[in-house]
Formats: sequence, C-alpha cells, structure tokens
Amino acid sequence: MARINLEHIRHAYGERPKSEADYSLKEVHHEWNDGGAYALLGPSGCGKTTLLNIISGLLQPSEGRILFDGRDVTQLSTQQRNIAQVFQFPVIYDTMTVYDNLAFPLRNRRVPEADVDRRVTEIIDMIGLGGWARKTARGLTADQKQKISLGRGLVRNDVNAILFDEPLTVIDPHMKWILRSQLKKLHRQFGFTMVYVTHDQTEALTFADKVVVMYDGQIVQIGTPAELFERPSHTFVGYFIGSPGMNLLPATIDGNTVALGTDTIALDYSPKVASGAKTELGIRPEFVRLGREGMHVRVNKVEDIGRQKIVRAEFAGKPIAIVLSEDGEIPADPRVTFDPSAINIYADSWRVGREA
Amino acid sequence: MDRTWNNKAWFMVLPVLLLVAFSAVIPLMTVVNYSVQDTFGNNQFFWAGTDWFVKILHSDRFWQALGRNLLFSAIILSIEIPLGILIALNMPKKGIGVPVCLVLMALPLLIPWNVVGTIWQVFGRVDIGLLGFTLKALGFDYNYVNDVFDAWLTLIVMDVWHWTSLVVLLCYAGLVSIPEAYYQAAKIDGASRWAVFRYIQLPKMKRVLLIAFLLRFMDSFMIYTEPFVVTGGGPGNSTTFLSIDLVKMAIGQFDLGPAAAMSLIYFLIILLLSWIFYTVMTSSDEQA
Ligand SMILES: Nc1ncnc2c1ncn2[C@@H]1O[C@H](COP(=O)(O)OP(=O)(O)OP(=O)(O)O)[C@@H](O)[C@H]1O
Ligand SMILES: [Mg+2]
Repeated sequence: MARINLEHIRHAYGERPKSEADYSLKEVHHEWNDGGAYALLGPSGCGKTTLLNIISGLLQPSEGRILFDGRDVTQLSTQQRNIAQVFQFPVIYDTMTVYDNLAFPLRNRRVPEADVDRRVTEIIDMIGLGGWARKTARGLTADQKQKISLGRGLVRNDVNAILFDEPLTVIDPHMKWILRSQLKKLHRQFGFTMVYVTHDQTEALTFADKVVVMYDGQIVQIGTPAELFERPSHTFVGYFIGSPGMNLLPATIDGNTVALGTDTIALDYSPKVASGAKTELGIRPEFVRLGREGMHVRVNKVEDIGRQKIVRAEFAGKPIAIVLSEDGEIPADPRVTFDPSAINIYADSWRVGREA
Repeated sequence: MDRTWNNKAWFMVLPVLLLVAFSAVIPLMTVVNYSVQDTFGNNQFFWAGTDWFVKILHSDRFWQALGRNLLFSAIILSIEIPLGILIALNMPKKGIGVPVCLVLMALPLLIPWNVVGTIWQVFGRVDIGLLGFTLKALGFDYNYVNDVFDAWLTLIVMDVWHWTSLVVLLCYAGLVSIPEAYYQAAKIDGASRWAVFRYIQLPKMKRVLLIAFLLRFMDSFMIYTEPFVVTGGGPGNSTTFLSIDLVKMAIGQFDLGPAAAMSLIYFLIILLLSWIFYTVMTSSDEQA
C-alpha cells in the first residue's frame, strides 16, 4: 500500500539509444495514488509490460526515478520493493502441488505456517481450485495455470502494490467476471494499489477508477472512463476507446471556424493551433445526428447491432460512422450535424482545449 | 471396419534388419557361441554348456574387477554430475562469453580416447610430465606407476577432465530453455537462489540430467582405453577393470570361452543397471 511516483522514466532495451525511436518507453511521469485501481490500456508493443517491470524492479529504467511514498526505490531490488506481479504468460512451479505453488511467496518470506494455511485456503477457494490443492501443478489446464498464477499474486496481503499483466486472457467470460469482482472485493478490503494491464477496454472500464491509456511508449491520457470517452486527449484514445472509435476528419481552423471540405462549423471558442500543425476534428459516432438538415453525407452501409444501428457513410470524401437508435430513419437526402459540445479539435494528434 | 492388410510395407524394414543383423546380432551370437564351447586349438570345439558362466561367476578375479568398475563409476558420477551442473549454472547466458565457453567446453570431448590417455600418461610422469614433476617438486609423493591411490586419482581426474564438459553442455542446453518469465516470477515470489535451483532449474534439467547420467554411467562402466594407456591395469591389478581383464583373457591368454561368457555377463550387467537407473529416475514423472 503505497503511493507510487514515476519521475521522468525512460527506458531503452538497447545499450546506447540514439534516437527517440530506440526508447521502448518515452518519458513517463506520473503518480499512482495509494490504493488506486488503475487499468493500463494500450495496443501490443506500446510498453505496458515494460512499465510494470520497471515499477516492480525487474527492470532498471535507463533514466528517471521511482518513489514509493516519497522514498527513492530506483536502486532497490524487486524483493525489497515488496510488490506482487501476475505475469502475462502464467508461470507455475510444476513440480509443486497447487497448494505449495500458492504458499511459495509466503514461505519464502518466512510467514508462519498457520497464516500460510489460512491465506492459501482463502485464495484457493477464491480461484475455484478447492479440489485441486494436493494435485501437482504440472497436469493442469491452461486456465487453471493462469488462476494459480493470479492466486500467487494475491496471496500476500502486505504488498505495496499488485501489478496484473493481462491476468485473465484464457479464462472463460463468466469466470472472468467472477474473478474480476473478487479482485475488486480484495481491493476494497486491503486497499492495495492495483495496476491492471489489459487489451480489453470493457475489462479496463469496469475494473478501474482511472484508466491509463498508453500508445507508442507514452502515457497519452489518464482519466475516468467518462473522460476518456468525452474528451480523448489524443486521437489514439479517441480511436481506441469506444466502438466504433471516434470519427476524425481533416479540418482547417481559422479563429473559431472549422472548415471541413466545403462545409464550415462555428465553435464557441477559438482553438489555439500552431501554424503548420496537422489539424483534425474529432466527433464520436454517438454525437453525430443524422437528419434532413446540416451537411451532406452519402450513406454506404448500415450495420444492425441489436439495440443500435451503425451507419457507415462518406462525408467530405472521408469515411464517417454514425450511431443511430434502432428505430432511427435514414432520410432520402441524408445530412448530418455534430453535437457542438462533443466536438474535439486536435493539432498533431493532441487535443487543443478551450483553455489552451 | 474393413481394412485391407498390405504386408508389403515390411520389406521396407529389410535393409535395417540386415544392417542390424550384420553389425550387432551376428557378432553377438558369435560370442554366445564361444561362451558355451571349449577349444584346444585346431579349430576344434567341444560343448561346454554353462561351465564358463559358472566359472566366471565363481572367480574372485571377476568380482574384484566388477567392484572396481562400480567404484570407479560411482566416484566419477558423483563428481561429474554436480560439477557439471555447477559449471553450467555459472556459464554466461548471453554475450560474447557464450561461444567462448561452449568451445572451451567442447574441446576435451573432441580428443580421441587413446590420445587423452597418452596426454595424461605423459602429463603425470614424475620425470618429464608437467603435473608429476610439479607435484614431486612441491614435495608430494606422487607416482601413479607404483601407488594405487595415485593411479586411481590420475584416472579419476583424467575422466573428470575429459567428460565433465558433456554434463555441462547437456545441463546448459536445459538451462537456456527456461523462459525469462520463470526467473522474474521467482524474484517477485522472493525465492532464494537455492529455491530457484530446486524448483525451476533442476526440474527443467531433469531430462537432460538423466541422459547425462546414463551416458556417463555406461561409458565409465565400459572404460578401457584410458586406464590401458595410462596404468595398463596396474599397479598390480588395482586398476584392472572388467574391460581390461576381458581383453587380457581373450587376447592375452586366448581363453575365448571364458572371455565370451564374461563379456555376456558384462553386457547384461550394463543393460540391467541402465534399466534400473532409467526406471528409478523416470518413475517420479509418471506419478504426476
Ligand atoms: N527484452 C526485450 N528486449 C528488447 N526489446 C524488448 C524487450 N521486451 C520488450 N521489448 C520491446 O519493447 C516494446 C514494448 O514492449 P512491451 O512488452 O512492454 O509491450 P506490451 O505493451 O506489454 O505489449 P503486449 O500487449 O504485446 O504485451 C516493444 O517494442 C518490444 O518489442
Ligand atoms: Mg505485455
């Protein structure tokens, strides 16, 4: 249970990084609140595992410092940092029984056997392997192994933080849901700082109070699920969060006027955009209104996804997605308007706010 | 279910059968043939039944040689296996050190047996050998020609020098196949160096260790060339192993009958012991 500060962390796997591209982690500067539940979301190869390994001390960052509750731990070993980590690829000690696997982190720390037994029994029940305690771990199925790996991360309750690296990938959806709620319960009970890596945005959005989105070795946004949805601070977040992702339309900005092809939209503020920057307008499909007024679009395709319809259309020569309610009509001469409060302006992929 | 049986495929194994017949079965049967007959020369043979076997099994000479073999194998196994593991554990896992170490390790394995024997025979001589001379100069009373202990010591050191690399290379192959994630998990779980060895490295090396153990056992149990070159079986009979005795009997004394019986017994012992080791060492696998 600790507040974790990452101060200007950069990491390159190679010996002598020459350019920015050699860094797998480019400048991460961020505070993880004590007792916070964070989801770390991002595409493959964006540096999620690297970041976790740096926090747990398995990896020494090339640059920067790590503080736990204000204390510099950059040089401390994994053991001294007292962090639990569940790995992306489940690791089990296959000559040991399921019980001994779970007891291993406790016994290594000389926890009295009575406490070991209490904790292990609790965790075994939680991950639903009660009947398997005395079995050797070797013969287990992939999802059972993943549960053991998860259980070993949860068995200690004095840790500073627990880092989960996609811990439930091969677990079936129902069990996944159960385990996730168990995790939340443990979180409320013990108040660990938790970081949960996932590819799956529903998982991220349901698990965490704060979602951290990473892209190309950087943290591009940290926010509540609602913030990520309404105000994506990077075009990647707009594209990655939500389904379908945010529409991005090339735009020219002049004062408070946004020109999209031949159409123009007037904003109630003037985004400050450096000259020469690539400017785009972002609007979520949910906030595009399809009707008889506004700007012309050409509808190409309509996908029915149950309670809603997704209209794939062409606007000013660019594809655009529109979410329509189930009984929504497509007029003969379809036109669109954008909900003014849902418009975001991006310059070189980063959002330009009202304030800036 | 209807099946058509086509036995023509059996002809495919014919070449292999012939090869095995000429290279193994026929020579072996010749030995069996000798072992149940007696001869007084002139190519005249008489049926001797199990006489030779009984005689061999009742001779002290056989049991003493067998004892020496077992002792020798036990000693070199108990040195080479732990030493091999230890060296493999300390070999670099990446970088320029890897090929350097691998080549250094492979060197002794590339030297022919009799050359190894010759090297040590010269190396250990007190008059001109570097080792023998140095030991003597340092005040040690070392002489493998006269002293039983020194003769054994020389043979053992020689075998360790020659063959530990094999164990090292096999163990190393097992070690490098362990994914990095295991070591990371061990760190997170606070495992000690010993626990990492006991629960991660040893289980992964188990299979290669079994192979190393069997290879080294069979090979050391059949040891012939090196003691023959270095000590010639002496001083006295102190380094006369079964193989050396066998050759003395068969070629030195031309006792083909007893020698054949002895080689069959020798063969069966190796087969039996290897089978026992294999069964014992793999039995824990099947419990899982
Ligand atoms: N041991 C390593 N040596 C060299 N490069 C590495 C190493 N581990 C990761 N990388 C590189 O660093 C970058 C970030 O990798 P990382 O494993 O942190 O991504 P990730 O976000 O966890 O991806 P995934 O979702 O696929 O697990 C990738 O480009 C990867 O190729
Ligand atoms: Mg990863």
